[in-house]
Amino acid sequence: MSSTGQEHEAPQLYAPREPIFPRRVHGFYRNLKWAIMVVTLGIYYLTPWIRWDRGPNLPDQAVLVDLANRRFFFFWIEIWPQEFYLVAGLLIMAGLGLFLFTSALGRVWCGYACPQTVWTDLFILVERWIEGDRNARLRLHRAKWDLRKLRLRLTKWIVWLLIGLATGGAWVFYFADAPTLAKQLVEGQAPLIAYAFIASLTFTTFLFGGFAREQICIYMCPWPRIQAAMMDEDTLTVAYKPWRGEPRGKHRKSADADKLGDCIDCMACVNVCPMGIDIRDGQQMECITCALCIDACDTMMAKIGKPRGLIDYMALTDEELEREGKPPKPIWKHIFRVRTMVYTVLWTGIGALIVFALFMRSDIDLNVSPLRNPVYVTLSDGSIRNTYKLRIRNMTNGAHPFEISVTPKGMFKLKLQGVESTTVTVPADETGTHKLFIIAPPDSPAAKAELTEIRIWAEDKATDKRTFAETVFTGKGRGN
Amino acid sequence: MSDKKMNDQDPNTTGHSWDGIEEFDNPLPRWWLWTFYASILFAIVWTILYPAWPISTKGATPGLLGYSSRAAVAADIERYKKANAAVDKKLTTVPVDQIEKDPELLNYALNGGAAVFRTWCAQCHGAGASGAKGYPNLIDDDWLWGGTIDDIYTTVSHGIRYASDEDTRDSQMPVFGEILEPAEIQQLVQYVRSISGQEHNAAAAAAGKTLFADNCAACHGEDGKGGREFGAPNLTDQIWLYGGDVATLTETITNSRHGVMPAWAGRLTESQIRQVAVWVHQQGGGE
Repeated sequence: MSSTGQEHEAPQLYAPREPIFPRRVHGFYRNLKWAIMVVTLGIYYLTPWIRWDRGPNLPDQAVLVDLANRRFFFFWIEIWPQEFYLVAGLLIMAGLGLFLFTSALGRVWCGYACPQTVWTDLFILVERWIEGDRNARLRLHRAKWDLRKLRLRLTKWIVWLLIGLATGGAWVFYFADAPTLAKQLVEGQAPLIAYAFIASLTFTTFLFGGFAREQICIYMCPWPRIQAAMMDEDTLTVAYKPWRGEPRGKHRKSADADKLGDCIDCMACVNVCPMGIDIRDGQQMECITCALCIDACDTMMAKIGKPRGLIDYMALTDEELEREGKPPKPIWKHIFRVRTMVYTVLWTGIGALIVFALFMRSDIDLNVSPLRNPVYVTLSDGSIRNTYKLRIRNMTNGAHPFEISVTPKGMFKLKLQGVESTTVTVPADETGTHKLFIIAPPDSPAAKAELTEIRIWAEDKATDKRTFAETVFTGKGRGN
Repeated sequence: MSDKKMNDQDPNTTGHSWDGIEEFDNPLPRWWLWTFYASILFAIVWTILYPAWPISTKGATPGLLGYSSRAAVAADIERYKKANAAVDKKLTTVPVDQIEKDPELLNYALNGGAAVFRTWCAQCHGAGASGAKGYPNLIDDDWLWGGTIDDIYTTVSHGIRYASDEDTRDSQMPVFGEILEPAEIQQLVQYVRSISGQEHNAAAAAAGKTLFADNCAACHGEDGKGGREFGAPNLTDQIWLYGGDVATLTETITNSRHGVMPAWAGRLTESQIRQVAVWVHQQGGGE
């Protein structure tokens, strides 16, 4: 097939964004979204300020990512870098949670909880307060630049920037003691990196919430592309019911209204859509299932005395039933399915594993690395000496003495570099690094064997808890 | 939506068709275009500000900011030197045997010493300081010239048999090939093997005992346990610098051994010498 340029205008090579002016809407889903916005933003802004007493030597901030000391604090839980698999587990749970919600309720994450949606919603709210509702904003958009337009735009941008500033400002409090950092920020004494992060997050919030908006979802975000694979014919999504609404038309008294469907073509669903689409065209890529069109349509149906739900949450399997005039499947049948059950079981299983790992972990730990350059040293009396690096982790909030020993007992002599005894003290919430020499007497079994399996023990003398690490002792081996 | 509009008007295609699947020629979003232009602008500004265009084999346009990664490294080194100045000064002023008692100095010396050792010492003594034939193992408990921190410090500073350093550690084992008969040397070999607990010919060893007392005991001691004032090795232990087998012992006695280590005073700074002395002292053999 050849290119048919003649019949059409030559297409534009680059398309400008068509601005969208969502109209204000009232209803159940709008109220639900307000509630979710208050809760999620509340969690985001307030969490760093929650105090949590951990005793001396430890920070008293409930949620703190201490990058400098490589610690993550979450209420009563303290995570060290080597326990990061717990965080990986949380991320897997988050992923499975998204799969679960998507297979049951479609793009419910996009529509209600995604930060891009929540902040855009907030920015549109500000826009409406300052510039008015859809029609006023449309007029302002088309109006020539004058003092009034300049004043309104500047006011809006300043409020947006303040919100952005608060967003970036809250972010940095997760990485340092919030009250201290807040004081430093005000006094201009905070680290440069804090200001840099605030500036960059202020800018991105301003840009993404104020201007990029739906383009983030359509062009930049990979998640909408992936989640299409999670949805099936039983997934509840927002849909228009053409068999009830069509043929659409204005219900004038003179016209023969009987032939017309319930849709009065009032465009309410189109005008409230933050993505700028017409839901009556069917499911489409841009739709984030925010459900505001449901509220808009329900309001209209109530006004003209028709039942609600011309646009509603609906699954593909319901369409056939409803076209035949039968009632749709009950909602619980859409939600409790094999697929969602599998996701739930996986999600719960991983959650249980994390909780198990969290409760089973010890607050002391010993890590041993043999130093293998050289693997062993012959001493002047013919003894064989191996060297090990010990890392003794003390996650308690007091300095504890640890006694080092080795099993099997009686085969070796121990010596710690720079320490007279075999007891070392590890300060609170730190890892002590020590060099341990293990010496096998001349011609003893371990000195002659190639490898001897041993255990190195660290016993916390303050609590009598002990822990061990398995390693090997290298002797002269074969041919010696 | 812009996409919507394009779909409504039968869009142009590129004319490419694969199995009936045609390629749309839809417009790109304008923000994408501006990002593209901004990237080009960024690249141009970058090449003006930073070194970019090669102008000869010697280098490139320097850029208005005068940045170079070499200068950046030099600045980093200066910054670290400045930050370490106080501890570095302290390290060179306290008595050598006090360094390890100060945790701050010990930590500084261990880290610095490891780097000094890797750079200047590992070629002969090995990366793990376990030595090689003719190059002493520094992590065992056998020392030719002494294993205290002061001894090690002196050895590193002045070297061993290093002619251009007046204070170098010096001793010359005679070339016994010019003094003794080959048969006598064999008797000595058997005696040395006997005192180090190795397989030996008892008759030859007995004959060698007198030869040892006459020729060797002055430095290696009556009992063969060596002497540190001459750097004379202990011949009764399990550690051999060159080897304890008959052939190697014969070669050692016949031709002698005069291992040389450079003096590092003047080549390394006082601080570096102290760092590496502490590092060696902490590897397990320190006395």
